Amino acid sequence: MDFIRNFPFFCIVLALSTGVISSVLKPKAAKALSFSLISLSILASLGVLIYTVQTGEAFVYMMGHFPAPWGNEIRAGVMEGVMALFFSVIMLLSLLGGEKYLKVDIEEPKQNLYFVLVDLLLSSLLALVYTNDLFTAYVFVEINTIAAGGLIMIRSNGHSMLAATKYMIMSLLGSGLLLIGITLQYDLTGHLLMSNIQESVGELAAHGAYTVPLTVIIGLISGGIAIKSALFPFHTWLSDAYGFSTASSAAILSSLVSKAYIFLLIKIVYRVIGTEVFWSSKITNVFFVLGVAGMLFGSVSAIKERDMRRMIAFSSVAQIGYIYMGLGFGTQLGVTAAVFHIFSHAATKSMLFVACRGLSEVSGNKKDFSNLKGAGFRNKIAGVAFTVGALSMVGVPLFAGFISKLYLTSAALETMSVKMEVALIVLAISTILNALYFIRAVISIYTPRNEKYRDAAFKPGVTFCAGMVCFILINFALGLASNPLIKAIELGLRMFS
Amino acid sequence: MKPRSDYEHSLWRRLVRFVDGETLEDVEKRAEELQEKSAKSQVEADIRSEQILEEEEDEEDKDNREEKENRKRELEKAHEKEAAAMLEKYKNWPKEHGVKIFGRLYAVMAVVLCLIIIVTLLVTVSYLPEFGQPDNPNNNEVVRRYNADGLEETGATNAVAGMILDYRAFDTLGESHVLFVAACCVMILLRLELTKDGKPTDKKRASEENDRLYEPKNDKILQGSAKILVPVIILFGIYVILNGHLSPGGGFSGGAIIGAGLILYLNAFGFEKTTRIMNRKNYAVISVVPLLFYAMAKGYSFFTGANHLESGIPKGTPGAILSAGLILPLNICVGIVVACTMYNFYTLFRKGGM
Repeated sequence: MDFIRNFPFFCIVLALSTGVISSVLKPKAAKALSFSLISLSILASLGVLIYTVQTGEAFVYMMGHFPAPWGNEIRAGVMEGVMALFFSVIMLLSLLGGEKYLKVDIEEPKQNLYFVLVDLLLSSLLALVYTNDLFTAYVFVEINTIAAGGLIMIRSNGHSMLAATKYMIMSLLGSGLLLIGITLQYDLTGHLLMSNIQESVGELAAHGAYTVPLTVIIGLISGGIAIKSALFPFHTWLSDAYGFSTASSAAILSSLVSKAYIFLLIKIVYRVIGTEVFWSSKITNVFFVLGVAGMLFGSVSAIKERDMRRMIAFSSVAQIGYIYMGLGFGTQLGVTAAVFHIFSHAATKSMLFVACRGLSEVSGNKKDFSNLKGAGFRNKIAGVAFTVGALSMVGVPLFAGFISKLYLTSAALETMSVKMEVALIVLAISTILNALYFIRAVISIYTPRNEKYRDAAFKPGVTFCAGMVCFILINFALGLASNPLIKAIELGLRMFS
Repeated sequence: MKPRSDYEHSLWRRLVRFVDGETLEDVEKRAEELQEKSAKSQVEADIRSEQILEEEEDEEDKDNREEKENRKRELEKAHEKEAAAMLEKYKNWPKEHGVKIFGRLYAVMAVVLCLIIIVTLLVTVSYLPEFGQPDNPNNNEVVRRYNADGLEETGATNAVAGMILDYRAFDTLGESHVLFVAACCVMILLRLELTKDGKPTDKKRASEENDRLYEPKNDKILQGSAKILVPVIILFGIYVILNGHLSPGGGFSGGAIIGAGLILYLNAFGFEKTTRIMNRKNYAVISVVPLLFYAMAKGYSFFTGANHLESGIPKGTPGAILSAGLILPLNICVGIVVACTMYNFYTLFRKGGM
């Protein structure tokens, strides 16, 4: 067996142990350890990705001395490799960009606990990506939920406490539904390993047995994950959680935590329920309707918002709507578009959150539009990054957002049904709405006023600049050279089934 | 609405008074005070209205025309006032009534939604395979191998311990870190920090003082029973942990028992005694080392298993205390972590950390 097959397992166990060690270290040491862990995870994921592309097939890795249905198992294909690589990169950049503000937002003796949470979150993200076992997925969903709640709460002011409480209530509701779904499916199939479940579910569906419980299981699992990833009517926790936590937390939560759940859902669709059973279960129509509604209502809420951080948060609701709309087409192309939108949205949204923090830093730490006027001149790199992010969100060519809209449109055209017309119209309206609030924000930060915040001695800081530049480059890379990524996603989806 | 005359003697009011720690006299006194107050305000209102009447009488002497104009103006003013009041009412409607209506609607919808979910789940359960039938789908090769070969393959007489700590050890590794991350979050929420040279801050000192106020002080009954119970509880906890691979029990349950014993001891004898062993420094070591050992040991086992190497961990004879490979040391690790976490939670809730 090639040694490289051990990499996913190494990353997960190392991330867990690093988290434990960090809890007794000084903040600085914990930070250094965390950064090296994430860099290591980037390298390892890259290795796994190259290995799987070369061999052209996914491999399973036995966790222990017992083979799969008895013991645990993880699995890595192209899709898993891309996801793990991408999650690690975005996490590193979010921390790098927001690192400066952690010192301001968090009490000094508790800063090492922030990195404990980050390490454990990384381990859970990797485990969610690599897992081949439904119950393992649930265990790491728990770690993910609690760590994410901690990331919101660690700012320790009234707003973030309230936001964390809201987040925990909604997220635990989602976990509960997911767990009930998993238990019911165990009762029907007697398996927790994904490939075995798919076999049994396929047999049950072919014989027409247990149709009612099967539908309920699909509903429970989808509903649980939809709540956790803030699909439209379940998004109430999102604006506070992203708006009042520290910049890195907001970036990590919006671009990694909610996306990991959506990836888990895609994995469940392909590897647990099976695409045929899932597409024919009509739940895709629910996804489609809710996604479309989210695209509109998220944008409307964002337009009404006076606080820039919360505006970006509401825009996430709209963008998650795009992803679920892509899943709702119920076609291979739709899922490809949705997965690409996971990438482009995650890369853009984390940049926007960190850049917004950089802008409010030079505006007396205020986040409303009137105080942010002219902030783009005071903190130039943050202004540029924010503009790039805004243009990408609107879907201007050259940027990542354009490509995902292009693929969503072509996926819509392929369906040739009512969905096509609805999707095209709503995509157009939503683009206009996006432009309304993002262009307003850009104009606002480039309106020269508010001389009172002028500070000639201000320097954005090396880490912040490095993070922003990398984010901008990634955005251009996704926008200009999306073909290899799309190929990888298609290959990964083929390997799933 | 007036309460019935025997309202204060009703069962419910008696219960409320009991909970509030009041007597009947207190309530009657308060009622009298209230009555006096309202009588006083009534008298004041009467005086005010008399004054107004007198003023009106004075004005009657003035001419008719002026009076007419005045009246007209007053009428206009009154209209304006009315309109302003209406506008005010209209503006306040969402605040005063809208929220109320929305709240009611929200409650009703919540109940309806819950009922729908309950009914759906109940209906689903009726479609599931009947419990305990031999040909159920979950009686498959997985369970058969656990039952038939579990003892031989894991060396644990307790099949559950063999399953969670050997067959599906990765899940349990995750599960013990769930406990750890929860402990971290509670520390973020409740821990009051010390200053750089390790001295308590003002907030911490205030919290400690507040804690001392409510602490049971040298309670003879508590101390006497704790003296008898604590050694037994902790011994039983250790027994449950050490026999985790032989009989029902294991790290999680045994650790919880030991934690309860420590908390009882703390309640009886105060922080002075317990902080000799359980202070911040020791807690850090005690919680980190077992978890690290756990991850390393299981990591080694996963690595050898996946690469088809011999792990070299002896299984021993099933049933002996030193058997079942890694299960015993892992149970000890989990037990220590659980006991420490329980104790730490308790101190965090009482005074923000040890």
